[in-house]
Amino acid sequence: MLNPDLKLNTKIFDKGIEQVPIRQGFGEGLLQAGEENLQVVGLCADLTESTKMNLFADKFPNRFVQIGVAEQNLASVASGMAAMGKIPFISSYAMFSPGRNWEQIRTTICYNNQPVKIAGSHAGISVGPDGGTHQAIEDIAITRVLPRMIVLSPCDSVEARKATLASVDTGTPVYIRLAREKTPVMTTDETPFDIGKAQIFWSSTNPKVGIIATGGLLHKALLAAKELEGKGIEAEVMNLATIKPLDDKAIVELAKKTGRIVTVEEHQIAGGMGSAVAECLAQNFPVPIEFIGVHDQFGQSGTPDELIEHYGLGTKSIIKAVEKILKR
Amino acid sequence: MGITEEKVKELEEKANAIRISIIDMLEDAGSGHVAGPLDMADIFTVLYFHTLKHNPKKPDWPERDRLILSNGHICPVLYATMAYAGYFEVKELKTLRKFGSRLQGHPHRDFLPMLETSSGPLGSGLSQAVGMALADKMDHGMTSQRRIYALLSDAELESGQSWEAAMLAGKEELHNLVAVVDRNNIQIEGYTENIMPIESLSDKWRAWNWHVIEIDGHNMEEIADSFETTKAVFGKPIVIIAHTIAGKGVPEFERDYRWHSKVVNKEQESRAIKELRTLGGKIRSEHQ
Repeated sequence: MLNPDLKLNTKIFDKGIEQVPIRQGFGEGLLQAGEENLQVVGLCADLTESTKMNLFADKFPNRFVQIGVAEQNLASVASGMAAMGKIPFISSYAMFSPGRNWEQIRTTICYNNQPVKIAGSHAGISVGPDGGTHQAIEDIAITRVLPRMIVLSPCDSVEARKATLASVDTGTPVYIRLAREKTPVMTTDETPFDIGKAQIFWSSTNPKVGIIATGGLLHKALLAAKELEGKGIEAEVMNLATIKPLDDKAIVELAKKTGRIVTVEEHQIAGGMGSAVAECLAQNFPVPIEFIGVHDQFGQSGTPDELIEHYGLGTKSIIKAVEKILKR
Repeated sequence: MGITEEKVKELEEKANAIRISIIDMLEDAGSGHVAGPLDMADIFTVLYFHTLKHNPKKPDWPERDRLILSNGHICPVLYATMAYAGYFEVKELKTLRKFGSRLQGHPHRDFLPMLETSSGPLGSGLSQAVGMALADKMDHGMTSQRRIYALLSDAELESGQSWEAAMLAGKEELHNLVAVVDRNNIQIEGYTENIMPIESLSDKWRAWNWHVIEIDGHNMEEIADSFETTKAVFGKPIVIIAHTIAGKGVPEFERDYRWHSKVVNKEQESRAIKELRTLGGKIRSEHQ
């Protein structure tokens, strides 16, 4: 059943559930952050509207810097502004930031210990028709290896707004992973959000498997859990919105309770959220793990649904992985 | 305009002492970069002992100017100048590149928080300086009295990011930003114009809306005057292209690109220091 403590959207399993792009939540969160804190500034590399930074830029033109198509400069200019006391948010497509400018993020932001917030939109293969060049499925791996970096991967637009607001005062670099496509809104304004805290969205009395999901695919995981319940298989579903620092305690608890873990993410299996979970469990409480993610491949054009299906990231694949792990 | 002859003498002597320390610390370290630190000693001396608004006893003074060293590998000159300016004791220079030292092989603020930036990978420092100048302009507008100085190597202008930063600074009309290019014509593997020609350098900066000043990077008066001149420029960032002699001060090292990062051995050290001491004597007698 849905965890009542989290005050989730009661229409979560309805066909007509409200769908909003996760990036929209970033735009709204940044606008609110800008209203609340005068030190917040926005920098963008010619994708202001696409990343929804336009909401901030329109309201605060004097605190917005249009960098042009220059993502390396984007990261390092933000570092310089942070050194002068600003709290810079930079946005682009995840493929270009933190993709193209990874070394600048490492050296001028993390190594320099400057609290720049990096919003990477269009993460995952659900970007769709733009094709593989624009589908970032390596960004979790390259950000979570960076010392000092916090890595957030909100599941919907409401959580993205909260993640954006929570990142203002961390005093550290933060990466916020955003998706382009409309995503079911699973949480509500009342759902609690804390950086570093995992949440059980779907709980069972005697679960045989724990499904840990991040980003919009969480909805597919919830649909899978509900369907599995119909087949007499009890599962628990965790929303892992903070990939770093990892909520080790909650993950170990889930592993102890269920004995098996399936991880679900729109990312390469190598180095992603599942890898982080595996690192944690291998050290603390080893259990069998199945990984739902992209298998060492690039993306391609298609509709989001076609791509989710093709790369084995949908509800069917999650159910299959659960059935497989139960036999291990 | 101009500085007094007495000031010139004081600066020249200081730069000479800094050069001796650079040779000394590099020989002790057994690795590091030689040519750049030596050829930038005069400019660092003018900045720290004449131009910069700073307080060595209060390095985090908010109103200070900012000095960003982009080509972090020439940090021996930064460390030595900071030590002589009173940021820390000169004897600490001996710890360069050693385990646990605040004086890391490339500057790192975690170890030495009084540094404005940690640096090493080339091509990023101008962007950081542009960010600082932008933030300063956001807060203080056109009346800002603060200067952001970005010290760059010539060869790092082979990197694209430098020009991304130059474009943005020109667009934003950052009059509070002064870049200094160490035009010593060398890099690790040879002479810049053989590795990757960067001329015509001044035209390139002008094309991005920068005010360009070219100077002899070893003439104290010219260096000091050029920094003074920048204050009169309105609505444009300023670049000072400083023509320098790689390895300046030690004839054995001068203009030889191999001294970009060659190890200084004991014999070379004593010959170099002897040269510099003689030069120091000349400075004193010339001005008497």
